[in-house]
Parts: sequence; C-alpha cells; structure tokens
Amino acid sequence: MILRLSGLAGLLLLAEALPRLGLVADLPPASRILAALADEAGTAAFWTAVGDTLTAWALGLAIAVGAGVAVGVLIGAVPTLRAWTASTVEFLRPIPSVALIPLAVLLYGTDLGSTLLLVVYAAFWQVLVQVLYGVADVDPVADETARSFRLSPWARLRHVLWPTALPYVFTGIRLAAAVALVLAVTAELVIGAPGLGSVIAVAQSSGALPTMYALIVVTGLLGVAINVGARYAERRFLSWHQSVRAEPAR
Amino acid sequence: MRRALRLLALPVLLVAVWYAASLGSENFYAPPLRTILAAFADTWTPQRLRADVLPSLGRLAAGYALASVLGVALGVAIGANRRLRAAAEPVLEFFRAVPPPVLVPVIMLFAGIGDGMKVIVIVSGCVWPVLLNTVEGVRAVDGVLSDTSRAYGITGAARVRHLLLPAASPQIVAGLRQALSLAIILMVISEMFAASNGLGFTIVQFQRSFAIPEMWSGIILLGLLGFALSELFRLAERHLLAWYHGLRDASRS
Repeated sequence: MILRLSGLAGLLLLAEALPRLGLVADLPPASRILAALADEAGTAAFWTAVGDTLTAWALGLAIAVGAGVAVGVLIGAVPTLRAWTASTVEFLRPIPSVALIPLAVLLYGTDLGSTLLLVVYAAFWQVLVQVLYGVADVDPVADETARSFRLSPWARLRHVLWPTALPYVFTGIRLAAAVALVLAVTAELVIGAPGLGSVIAVAQSSGALPTMYALIVVTGLLGVAINVGARYAERRFLSWHQSVRAEPAR
Repeated sequence: MRRALRLLALPVLLVAVWYAASLGSENFYAPPLRTILAAFADTWTPQRLRADVLPSLGRLAAGYALASVLGVALGVAIGANRRLRAAAEPVLEFFRAVPPPVLVPVIMLFAGIGDGMKVIVIVSGCVWPVLLNTVEGVRAVDGVLSDTSRAYGITGAARVRHLLLPAASPQIVAGLRQALSLAIILMVISEMFAASNGLGFTIVQFQRSFAIPEMWSGIILLGLLGFALSELFRLAERHLLAWYHGLRDASRS
C-alpha cells in the first residue's frame, strides 16, 4: 500500500518539479492543475459536461450490450447461423469506428445522436464477440443432459446456456465500458457534441492550459471509476462462479 | 467449396441488397452504391493512394512498432520487479484510463502538428494494452520454470530472452492485437485534427465539401484497410505462436 501511494506521490512530485525547473515549457505545475480542477468543480458548466459525457456513455453502452447479447445468443445458439455469419462479423469488426465520424456529423450534426452512433458501433462488437465465445463454451454433456430431460428450448437457454455465457458477457461489458468512454470523449472532441471532450477542445484553443490538463485528469478519473465499477459489478454478480470464487485463494 | 460458399454468401447477399435497395436512392446522404463504387475507382487512383494512404500507413507502422517495443521493454521490467510493479501500478491504471484521443491536444502543444505528433499520438495510445498485457504475462510465468532457470544460473538478458519473453508471448500477442485496432483509430483521429494529407484528413475534407459518394468510398477504404491489417495480424500470430497453439491443441485432445 505504501509503495502504491509512493508511486502516485512520485508522479505528482515530478509533475510539480519539471515545469518549475523550466524543463518542460507547456506543462503547468501539478499544483496549478489541481487548483484549476477545484475551480472547474465549482462551476455548473463542468458538471453539465460530465453529465453529457456520462449520458452518452451509459446510453450507448446499454444499447450495445442489449443488442450484443441478443444477437450473440441468437447467432451462437444456432450453429448454421454462426457458420454463415462468421465472415461478416470478422469483416465488420475491424472497421475503425472513427471512420463513421463524417457520416455521424452528416446524419445527426453535433447532437447526442452522433456520439451514440460511434459509441454503440464500437462497443457492440466487444460484447458480441465475447457472447459468441461464451455460448460456444457450453459443456456438451450438460447440454445433452438438459435435452434428454426434455427441457424446453427456453429452459435450456435459461439454465444451461446463460450461466455458462455470463462470465464472458461480463468480460464483454467491461471491455465495452472502457471503449464506450473513449469513443464518447472522442466524438465530443472531434465533432463538438456537448460533453467533456468539447470542453477540452475549447480550453485548448483558448490557451487555458491548466484547465485543459485538469479536464484530461477528469477523463482519466472517470475511466478509472468505470474500470473499478465494472470489476466490482462482475465480482458481485458472478460471486457464485468458479472464476470469482477461486480468486481470493490465489 | 461449401466453406467458401459459407464464407462469401452473407457478405455477397448484404452487398447485393445494399446495391439493389439504394439503386433509386434520392437521399443526398445515402447515394446509390453504384455511385459510391464509381467514386471509389475515380477517387482512389494510384496517385491518390501514394499521396494519402502511404503517409498514413507509414505513420501507423512507425507508431505501432515504437509502441510495441516500448510496451514490451517496460512491461518486462515492471513485470519482473515486484517493488517497481507495486509503485507503478496505480500510475499505469490512471494513464491507461485516460481516453487516448484527449491527449491529441496536449501532444500538439509539445510536438507541433508534423508527422512526429501523429506518431506520438499513436504511441501514446497503443502502448498501454501492450505494456499491461506484458506485465501480466511476465507475472504469470510458471513458478517451477522460474525457479529452475534461477537454479541453473540463468539470469539477466538470457533469462529475459529464453524464459520471460516466450512464456509471456501469448499475452503479449493479445495486447498487440488490441493495440492494432487502437492504432488505426488514433491514426485517423490525429489526421482529422491537423494534417495536410492522409486518409483521415481526406475523408473529413470530402465530408466538409459535401462530396458524399467520395466520403462513403473513403469509409469503405478504411474498412478494407482495417480488415486487411487484422488478417495480416492473424497470419503473423499463427506463425509466431505456432508452438503455443500446438501445445494447447495437444493438451486438449
């Protein structure tokens, strides 16, 4: 714990000392960045921006997870469907989501819609691929047993397929949550949709350097919070699962 | 034969549906696919490819290579040293969580708007997946192997070369794969901010001048590029990790 804190303290000291010694010109000392952060936290505009970013993030993530799970279970549970769609999934997946930025601007202007388009596209594939892996991981013996007990397709989905796929789904959500934040901020930064990204762009073009760095620190903190939150949720909802139960023993 | 059919059927069908459905499209923003394809041939001439796509690919390659080397080197150092890891971990977690595109304005301050800036943007974003995966991979090296190599007096560079790197390589490759898609995204974004050539710049230029079919053709080109690079990566991975996949298959059967 002491070592962990000393790492952070070292970083802060470095960020304070380097600019004061005149070694880097465009970086304000850490104390000034923190002061700017405190200033920002007192304004309503800042919290509106945070709210806008989080709204786009949460909404986009929810849509992507819903669609990813539904499509993934459907494709994964029907082998023929899976075989026929594999090449298309593999083709669409690597298309960089930022390629859609010009299209999003034309369709939605600088609204929430254009941010959502990018976030959903990027996050959807993360979830879908994980769900496909998860469904493929179903134990054949369990599946055959359920069949021979004449469980209905719905019951098999509910009691065999879903518990197996759930850990994969959570990994997918965790990955998608991080990607969704990146794309939400990117869309705001590049397109100018309301949110933290566009505030950063304004701060940069008006030369308010401490504010710009303060806002960047905020995006980082948001990212950390999302990671921690996703891990916590995973541990909570999967507390019955072996991979989580085994963890403290290591 | 059946496999080829399965591979191609849906993509061909989708393109055909798009082609047919858009044939009479009056929508300014969604022109007929026929127009887009014609624009594709007109726009991406060899000359254009040389002027815009090659510089983009050059920056991508430079940034990706630099990030890989940096990520693996730092990752091995941090992963192999427990104290260093404890001190570095919170800092790394934070830097990884910063969305890479917000660093573009910062890097523009330090490095101007030249090629250097674009390469640094790519490095700054895609070094993290490589670095963190390498740390995890090195940390998870089999304890018996590690003790054995120590007992035989294998230390320093030989230890890294013969024990740590091979043992961590499946994880490192997973990190490299993540980094590749990030690198493409960052390449495009850095060119959207400040550039006079490159794919991202050209596509935004088309969008601003309302050259819609050309813009669509650029999006399609980016898609093809992303696909080609990820296929290339898969080939390289299969070659590089042949021993690992073989081992896994053997232990499974």
